[in-house]
Amino acid sequence: MTASLALVVTSVVLYSAGLYLLLDRSLTRVLLGVLLLGNATNVLLLASGGESGGAPIYGTTPEEEMSDPLPQAMALTAIVITLGVAAFLLAMIYRSWRLGQESLEDDPEDRIVASGIQLAPDDVNYVGAGPDDIDPDGDLTDGLEDGLVPYGPVEEARP
Amino acid sequence: MTRVLPPLPVLLPLLGAALTLLFGRHARAQRAVSLSVLAAVLVVSVALLVQADRNGPQVVHVGDWPVTLGITLVVDRLSALMLVVASTVTLGVLVFAVGQGTASDDETPLSIFHPTYLVLSAGVSNAFISGDLFNVYVGFEVLLVASYVLLTLGGTGPRISAGVTYVVVSLLSSLLFLASIGLIYAACGTLNMAQLSERLAELPAGTRTMLQVMLLLAFGIKAAVFPLSAWLPDSYPTAPAPVTAVFAGLLTKVGVYAILRTQTLLFPGGHVDDLLMVAAALTMVVGVLGAVAQRDIKRVLSFTLVSHIGYMVFGIAVASQTGVASAVFYVAHHIMVQTSLFLVVGLIERQAGTTSVDRLGGLAASSPLLAVLFFIPALNLAGIPPLSGFLGKLGLLQAGAQDGSVLAWSLVGASVLTSLLTLFAVVKVWNKAFWRPADQAPRSPEAQEADALMHAGTAPRVMVTSAAAFVGVGLALTVFGGPLYGLTDRAAGDLLDRSPYVSSVLGGAP
Repeated sequence: MTASLALVVTSVVLYSAGLYLLLDRSLTRVLLGVLLLGNATNVLLLASGGESGGAPIYGTTPEEEMSDPLPQAMALTAIVITLGVAAFLLAMIYRSWRLGQESLEDDPEDRIVASGIQLAPDDVNYVGAGPDDIDPDGDLTDGLEDGLVPYGPVEEARP
Repeated sequence: MTRVLPPLPVLLPLLGAALTLLFGRHARAQRAVSLSVLAAVLVVSVALLVQADRNGPQVVHVGDWPVTLGITLVVDRLSALMLVVASTVTLGVLVFAVGQGTASDDETPLSIFHPTYLVLSAGVSNAFISGDLFNVYVGFEVLLVASYVLLTLGGTGPRISAGVTYVVVSLLSSLLFLASIGLIYAACGTLNMAQLSERLAELPAGTRTMLQVMLLLAFGIKAAVFPLSAWLPDSYPTAPAPVTAVFAGLLTKVGVYAILRTQTLLFPGGHVDDLLMVAAALTMVVGVLGAVAQRDIKRVLSFTLVSHIGYMVFGIAVASQTGVASAVFYVAHHIMVQTSLFLVVGLIERQAGTTSVDRLGGLAASSPLLAVLFFIPALNLAGIPPLSGFLGKLGLLQAGAQDGSVLAWSLVGASVLTSLLTLFAVVKVWNKAFWRPADQAPRSPEAQEADALMHAGTAPRVMVTSAAAFVGVGLALTVFGGPLYGLTDRAAGDLLDRSPYVSSVLGGAP
């Protein structure tokens, strides 16, 4: 099988650009990265079909000149799936924008670990604030901002 | 008849999803449709298991395309067993969710829940029975997209930020899977797994190893094998209790199933078994150390989930008859135990208003039934004899000892250590949440509010019954451990032999 160099190069360029965007904290760029990665994979699928040929329709093209229809079918399926997922991602990005978190946040637990705060010993007085503020059920950052005073200097710990 | 059954576990839930969408405004009709559909799937799966065990793999070429051109569905012993376990879990958790929904006006919009849940079930079934690599990908996508929706139900802040991580990581793994599918097609010219098992063997060793590692990476993310597992404890615990239960029980195991299938069928001979063993050991130890450090029951359980994936990878990596048989047994056991634990935690949260061990206390006195329901699967998870967790671990240890290499022995050591630390983690939870007197537990204002709102001890009977049924099924796995192990042993024989699968798909074709 011979693969088209142009297709392979295109797919490599798309992969690198997509990965670069995926590493960004802004969710919109992450979405663009995902789209580029999806297209890179589609091009790769097409390239995996080997040499291009005529339309694979019986009766219009002699059999030996047909291109392989299977990768095209797979790429079509993949395109549809990427479209659906992109729509979902857009909805989710819109939702997080409404909630005031357009970009990826710091992981609150990471921040606590990094700042070296002692997590509640068993006998901490729980009036007001406690380790449940790091509980995923609660609003994570609020607890920190409103001052988990017993646990030390959170503010300084932030980058 | 044999040609009718295999597609049903995919078709029925999809039809049911369409129906429940139509009945979007009639909660009662939705419940009736989803419950009857999933019950039917369970019946079909059991029938398939019996058939596959008696007559060998059940194969359907969808649309009667020539073999290897169209989509092939293959139900062998392993697939059928996974189908039975999966449909038990989806049905049981649905009952739990229905109980929760009728008892409270939770903010979770139920009209979306039912169709999505059924689509999830269809995707899981499709991934289990597909005999074609691309169709496995489609199955994965179906279940993943459904899981995105379920994880972000309600769209609250924590769920959305957990959902972003989950969606992006899952997307990356899907794209990796798709890219490896493209490369495999380029190298072999087919995606039918039976045919691939013959053609991959003809490839140069380097190419084959690259394809194998790419697939392992993609599935490793889904199964949460150690270096690729960081996403799991951050995303699962925020979802509603029934959703977390079904995710924790099923979704990672679909990844494990895919690893098991591709390792045994497509890449036998163990080129990367050592790598898998190292990954298994790290998954076990790092996961359980995370569990020990947590103070929230849901997070403790999420970390033990990661850690116990290591046991299954251990069995796959040893790749002997005993190893694979025990890994399959362990998958079945772990699905049941993990689901029941998460359901019980859902009950605890409902009753006490929190899942933080620092604030819980006196549950054993205030609700003995809940305590029993937590205690049995917790011990089962840690592998206390004679429960099924012990049986699975014993098989794995035997397989490691038979293997005899230094790596295998260190894996044996790691798994014993993990078992002990798991016991430590769950006993810590038990001591704080259940055993200590309630007046020693510091009460948070939220917990008192929750008490005032829901009155302790008013978990609806349907929810408790369904959680109890799961614990019962977990015990049944122990009681019927012998026959079940016999079944997984035969399944492992098929997997390692490969010829039953290949010949039943390709038939007389060369």
